[in-house]
Amino acid sequence: MSDAGNGVVLSARDVSVSYGTHLALQPSSIDFAAGSVTALIGPSGCGKSTFLRCLNLMNREIRGCTIEGRVIYHGQDVNTPDVDSYALRRQVGMVFQQPNPFPKSIYENVAFAPRRHGMASRSELDALVERSLRAAALWDETKDKLFASAMALSGGQQQRLCIARALALDPDVVIMDEPCSALDPIATFSIEDTISDMASRGICVIIVTHNMEQAARVSDRCAFFLLGELVEQGPTNELFSTPKDNRLEDYLTGRFG
Amino acid sequence: MTDPTGVRSPKAARTKDRAATAVLAAIVFAIVVMLVVVVGHVVASGAGKLVDLSFLSGKPEQFKAGGGIGPEIFNSFYLLLLTLLISLPISLLAAVFLTQYLPEGPVARVAKTAIETLSSLPSIVVGLFGMLAFVLSAGWGFSILSGALALTMFNLPILVRVIQQALEAVPRTQRDAALALGLTRWEATTMILIPVAMPAIVTGVIISAGRVFGEAAALIYTAGQSAPTLDFLNFDLSSTSCPWNVMRPAETLAVHIWKINSEGVVPDLSAVSAGTAAVLMVCILAFNVIARLVGRALERRMTAA
Amino acid sequence: MALSTTSKRRLERRGQFISGLAVLLVVVLVCTLIFMVCSRGIATFTRDGVPLGSFLTGRTWNPHQSNELGQPTVGALPMVLGSFGVTLLSCAFSLPFALGASIFVVEVAPTFGRKFFRPLVELLTGIPSVVFGVIGLTMVVPWTRSWAGGTGYGILSSSIVLALMIFPTMMSLTADALSAVPDSYRDGSYGLGCTRWQTVCHVVLPTALPGILTATIMGMARAFGEALAVQMVIGNAAQMPSSLLTPASTLTSIITTSMGNEAMGTVYNDVLWSLALILLIMSMAFILLVHLVGRKGSSND
Repeated sequence: MSDAGNGVVLSARDVSVSYGTHLALQPSSIDFAAGSVTALIGPSGCGKSTFLRCLNLMNREIRGCTIEGRVIYHGQDVNTPDVDSYALRRQVGMVFQQPNPFPKSIYENVAFAPRRHGMASRSELDALVERSLRAAALWDETKDKLFASAMALSGGQQQRLCIARALALDPDVVIMDEPCSALDPIATFSIEDTISDMASRGICVIIVTHNMEQAARVSDRCAFFLLGELVEQGPTNELFSTPKDNRLEDYLTGRFG
Repeated sequence: MTDPTGVRSPKAARTKDRAATAVLAAIVFAIVVMLVVVVGHVVASGAGKLVDLSFLSGKPEQFKAGGGIGPEIFNSFYLLLLTLLISLPISLLAAVFLTQYLPEGPVARVAKTAIETLSSLPSIVVGLFGMLAFVLSAGWGFSILSGALALTMFNLPILVRVIQQALEAVPRTQRDAALALGLTRWEATTMILIPVAMPAIVTGVIISAGRVFGEAAALIYTAGQSAPTLDFLNFDLSSTSCPWNVMRPAETLAVHIWKINSEGVVPDLSAVSAGTAAVLMVCILAFNVIARLVGRALERRMTAA
Repeated sequence: MALSTTSKRRLERRGQFISGLAVLLVVVLVCTLIFMVCSRGIATFTRDGVPLGSFLTGRTWNPHQSNELGQPTVGALPMVLGSFGVTLLSCAFSLPFALGASIFVVEVAPTFGRKFFRPLVELLTGIPSVVFGVIGLTMVVPWTRSWAGGTGYGILSSSIVLALMIFPTMMSLTADALSAVPDSYRDGSYGLGCTRWQTVCHVVLPTALPGILTATIMGMARAFGEALAVQMVIGNAAQMPSSLLTPASTLTSIITTSMGNEAMGTVYNDVLWSLALILLIMSMAFILLVHLVGRKGSSND
């Protein structure tokens, strides 16, 4: 891993996941740098989402699921029983496959978590909501209806609201689990713009996608998963033009998946 | 698995099919008629009393005709209120624990078995236990408190199940979203899941309130079978005529129906019984209608623009 | 990581603690209930020296008198028979209607079922048992008196009242069981050219059988434990039931009528608690039965 130490925020060292006795992800190691976009690609069921959910320890919420190995955030292993996940998850924001805004107002969706984490001042919250919505390119559409229900937004708007909600906690990593799979092409492009935007502001973005074009469009680096194994990783253009592993080549040329 | 006669003569099979459908329709028709007759009979035979203000507000008579059910109406609502005040927090917390913290494992199995046992117990057994534990052992006598606690035991399993189902029906993604923001399960549950589940919870609670309201077997040996005259200006909480005194005996509408029918002393027994039953039915119907309306209104408010 | 998360941890632990406490409270309550009813219920045998066998099979109920051995005459057989009689009979009355109506609303007219019939039946669930008692007194008892003779009070009237009362429970659960049969099963049968009735008889009902059994058991449990509605129409004569039309009594009805009159600690009171213990054991047996049926049903799949 050439760029270790080069602005690395988050890394996985021999991270594996098992459900009960079934090993869903074989030990995988990878580094993620600030300001970069990494795409996790592979056919469905290959373990890429499972791996993603280790990065903010969300797998801990699934009964019978254990994460082995080290998840290193700013040099500290967080996958230990004595480090709880609350602080980590504030710094590692997550966006899900299905837009899942809370059934509250747009304002409340963004302000909810910061408030729960101790921010009380109304003016600070107002500023934070505006900043977050702007960062997710949602401010212009919603500034006149901040107190309307988030459920009335379109799917793409809801997903950008979910991004704003994550950005409100000022994370330095944002992980996204196929964030565009439920959206139409226009909404998808708008989300991809937001992703590039986040990266340019120094956020480390990690995105799971099964859409090769999307991976090529947005990501600097790529990691290819197959059957619960991290097969190959590297800069996206290298990986796509000269894959080293036969399985990746087969996948890229459409022989399976 | 095919009916051999059916294969050989599809015509016969078709005739049989039509006959069966006709029989089924007749059964359903009979049930609807029976329902309408039964409910209609109860409401109709008490309809006169239903609009009779002196019956609705008057005090019951022991031996003479012309008694009312004023105290019983108050007692029913007061007991219901107290029961909900006690059982709602307990069942909400228990449902949260069972759905969020410990949905599986031996502890959860014990708890689920206990709740299932409680829900299957005949209410008379719950009443007997209430008599033993609250009336006699605790020394609270036949009182509203004893009655409310017995009703709580009756109501707990119903409420726990309703709230559990409501919480489980909330999409997982809502909880995931909250947890991924660094919130605790407790925060996710109390601030996201419970508000989302609120329409279903409220509907369930009101419907269970209807069942509590009509329950009598758990009360005859706990809240007692006498209705002291109530003086609504009396705020001396130790006096039996103070409506709010939880240590006084209190006969409810349902218990009143049972008592006058089994004692059979009052001369206008059938009229009082029919009137009380009609009042009880109307209240229960109201609970059902309110449950639906409130549930729908909450649902709309939550998803509305 | 600017803020410390100890406050979050504390919050989480406190939430877990108080919600766990609520569960513990329920468990303790249930255990106390079982313990108290059991300890009262066995006093008849331990303190009053009534042999279990003569209690369960004795045909004479007269707790105020003793027999030649000095034991109180507390044969509970009349009540046990009465309870089982009304339970089985009410189920027999209710099941055909519940089954027929369920088939109709699931297989024949689902929209009518969802929009109209099932809400109507659910309304019936909420009717208090004393109101069923009143219905029994004012409608069922006069009918049986005029059609079948006798006083009108007795097992037949009680069973009709109970059948009305358990119908919603049985119908809802049966309809749920039928709805749970996958549509692919039906499609398979229709694909073979079977009629709807053939499909129901040969595919839907056999598949839904465990669910229908569960519905029946739940109905029986409710009928067995019902006190006031039965007590109001059965006549409350603690004698061996000789016909369906003569006054009889059940475990619940005798407890309801007598518990208030007999002081704690007397033989009569002890025996009433023993009857309550039978109720408790039976309600647990019903649960067990439901679980056995459920397990059998799921292992068949």
